[in-house]
Amino acid sequence: MKTLEPLIAEHPFFKNLEKSYLELIVGCASNVRFDAGQFIFREGEEANQFYIVRQGKVVIESCPPGRKPISLQTFSDGEILGWSWLVPPYHWQFDAKAVELTRAITFDGKCLRNKCLEDHSFGYELLSRLVPALGTALEAARMQLLDVYGVQQQQ
Amino acid sequence: MSDQVVMERNELNGLFTALQSQGYTIIGPTILDGAIVYDELASDKDLPEGWTDEQDGGIYRLKKRFDKALFGFVVGPYTWKRFLDPPEKRLWRAERDGKDFHIVPENETPPKYAFLGVRSCEIHAMAIQDRVFLQGEYHNTTYKSRRESALIIGVQCVQAGGTCFCVSMNTGPKALSGFDLALTEVIEENRHYFVVESGTIRGETIIAGLAVRPAKKTEVAEAEKRISHAAENMGRSLNTEGVRDLLVKNHDHARWDEVANRCLSCANCTMVCPTCFCSTVEDVTDITGEHAERWQKQDSCFTLDFSYLHGGSVRSSTRSRYRQWLTHKLATWIDQFDESGCTGCGRCITWCPVAIDLTEEVEAIRKSSSMESDPPIEKGKS
Amino acid sequence: MDTSNPMIPQPRKIKRVIRETHDTFTLCVEPETVELEKSFKPGQFNMLYAFGAGEVPISISGDPRKPDVWHHTIRDMGVVTRALTNLKAGDTVGVRGPFGSAWPVQESRGNDIVIIAGGIGLAPLRPAIYALLEERDQFGEIVLLYGARTQEDLLFTKEFERWRGKYGVQVRVTIDSAGRDWKGNVGVVTTLFPGVRFDPANSVAMICGPEVMMRFAVLELKNLGIEDRNIYVTMERNMKCAIGFCGHCQFGPSFICKDGPVFPFSEISPFFGIREI
Repeated sequence: MKTLEPLIAEHPFFKNLEKSYLELIVGCASNVRFDAGQFIFREGEEANQFYIVRQGKVVIESCPPGRKPISLQTFSDGEILGWSWLVPPYHWQFDAKAVELTRAITFDGKCLRNKCLEDHSFGYELLSRLVPALGTALEAARMQLLDVYGVQQQQ
Repeated sequence: MSDQVVMERNELNGLFTALQSQGYTIIGPTILDGAIVYDELASDKDLPEGWTDEQDGGIYRLKKRFDKALFGFVVGPYTWKRFLDPPEKRLWRAERDGKDFHIVPENETPPKYAFLGVRSCEIHAMAIQDRVFLQGEYHNTTYKSRRESALIIGVQCVQAGGTCFCVSMNTGPKALSGFDLALTEVIEENRHYFVVESGTIRGETIIAGLAVRPAKKTEVAEAEKRISHAAENMGRSLNTEGVRDLLVKNHDHARWDEVANRCLSCANCTMVCPTCFCSTVEDVTDITGEHAERWQKQDSCFTLDFSYLHGGSVRSSTRSRYRQWLTHKLATWIDQFDESGCTGCGRCITWCPVAIDLTEEVEAIRKSSSMESDPPIEKGKS
Repeated sequence: MDTSNPMIPQPRKIKRVIRETHDTFTLCVEPETVELEKSFKPGQFNMLYAFGAGEVPISISGDPRKPDVWHHTIRDMGVVTRALTNLKAGDTVGVRGPFGSAWPVQESRGNDIVIIAGGIGLAPLRPAIYALLEERDQFGEIVLLYGARTQEDLLFTKEFERWRGKYGVQVRVTIDSAGRDWKGNVGVVTTLFPGVRFDPANSVAMICGPEVMMRFAVLELKNLGIEDRNIYVTMERNMKCAIGFCGHCQFGPSFICKDGPVFPFSEISPFFGIREI
């Protein structure tokens, strides 16, 4: 466990986090490894964790009935994966699958949720780091929605 | 150039015959369809003798004068640009030969024009178009050859029109240069004459063949008095101070919406403007598909197609098209060519069917402008 | 080109047509001999005329070191480009040009280079990439971030390996929409920044793509600390003459044909993003 601390402390997401909070986070973290093709989570399952991708590539997919799965976004080294653990009813909205061998750090969302409730300063600290990441993801999703590379249709 | 001379009214036709004998086609003011337009003149009889024009926002009408002035009006719906760069011209033809084709350029022998009755604002308009078509790396070849060969005979304005504001734009009413000859028409109780000034050697040569005599001081003073009178009676005025920043920085002003409610996007203002230069091209083929042509045609930023790009128009609203026209004319033109694109001739006000008046629009924006900062760069966030 | 009458296209033989994607192809045209001396600068464009159909501005996408062939990569999206699609090797096309401003290749020596391309936007950037790689040691890191709609829309993919392997270019590719067989990145082009090595304080960025994409890219580059004057973008508007006479391509005070199409962002930033400008 101790070996994870410098790794987490150096990650931009946790940078300059108060020492006691960092210890708390490290206490909730563990290493995970996914083989290529392995699902990390599936739509509808309980969402009780989030991930920092250390090395590899993860794809978020949706599989509409009667169609092939659609890739929505990929996550690679250093990126934060998952936020459904923070929003009731804590269920994943999409599938996440390792495209290649992927090593990641997983964080116990249930534990962190409870800590946030107990200690609002900690909760604020964590959320103020997560919200920008969500914002970026939302912007990116909107951009994709624009289909900027497509041939415009007459307005 | 040289001292001014005087030519009596009844000697004016001598100027016509002199020009004609030198092979010039004389283009000047004449009455057509209830307006004074520029067209080919055979003699001084074609001039609008005894007529004047009454002008205001959206209003133009001819009225009889109480005298027999030949140039007793201001400017009409025509401009000289139609003779310097025709509103429609074939650029070239293409002929197919098998898998290949070859291009046959349109080689024009430029007409030898003498423009008679060019006003100061119009001389400035030509100088403005010179910068557009002749100043850069490439030249508009038709314009170049026609412009170089055209003889400019100016007429100094001795009265101002209801929509004139050349004084505000520093383009008149007195032409100081840019002409070969300049006439000032003076009508006294028992006398009708022209004070004539030459601006070039070409002009001197023409004067030399006319029945003229040196002007007396009193005659020159009479002419100057009348030009001053025109300067003091401008129908409109425009405060040009800081107008570049005023318009550029107020791109989001509510006045653009307001004017868009009135503007019909009819493009009249651009058609009558002596400096508007935009054009489009049209490619045509005949039924055999062996013969193709490219035509260049006058175009206007008020048309929807003007800004068409990949399936849509960039300026799809009238608001944006009026803004483009006015901002270009009075503001970004300065960035592009170091001077305003407006000469204050007032044609766009007169010929607007709903009497939109750019001097009024600028003033409205000026009165309610909030220009503290540069236009914001759109933030991607929302 | 013959400057005496810049509106006259020169008929040129098409040497070769390269099918790039389902809707994009490259016309390889032999320029006139006298034009060889002048060549073209990366970022410049030609006006291509399809007999009877009309003329369109097309950027030159080939190698400026090989000026004996001009490459024009064209996406079939309108009447004229459709007519150009139908041309084959041996046919004739009308050419006017080259026109316009260039990417600041020599001017950027000693810097890291960040190139961001979207869709067909990689075409006008390719000559710049060739020019950069020609004197690779003059530059620090070279980054290419490339986004397209789908895997099928990606251009010049065969060259990416050489650029990566031989020249150490950090080439990152992403697409907006992917199926299961795609193992690469999915997401917009700005999501490619994490993990890319370059020094924002000493970088020159060159962007070409749809205007909306460029807005996001510029914003991201500014967030990373690249100054406006070191960000270059290409603009596109309706264009009829390419020499500043027709008035169509005006963007605020700029004529895109003669002042652009490549602009330092600092020059156009007051107008960039204004609606219907």
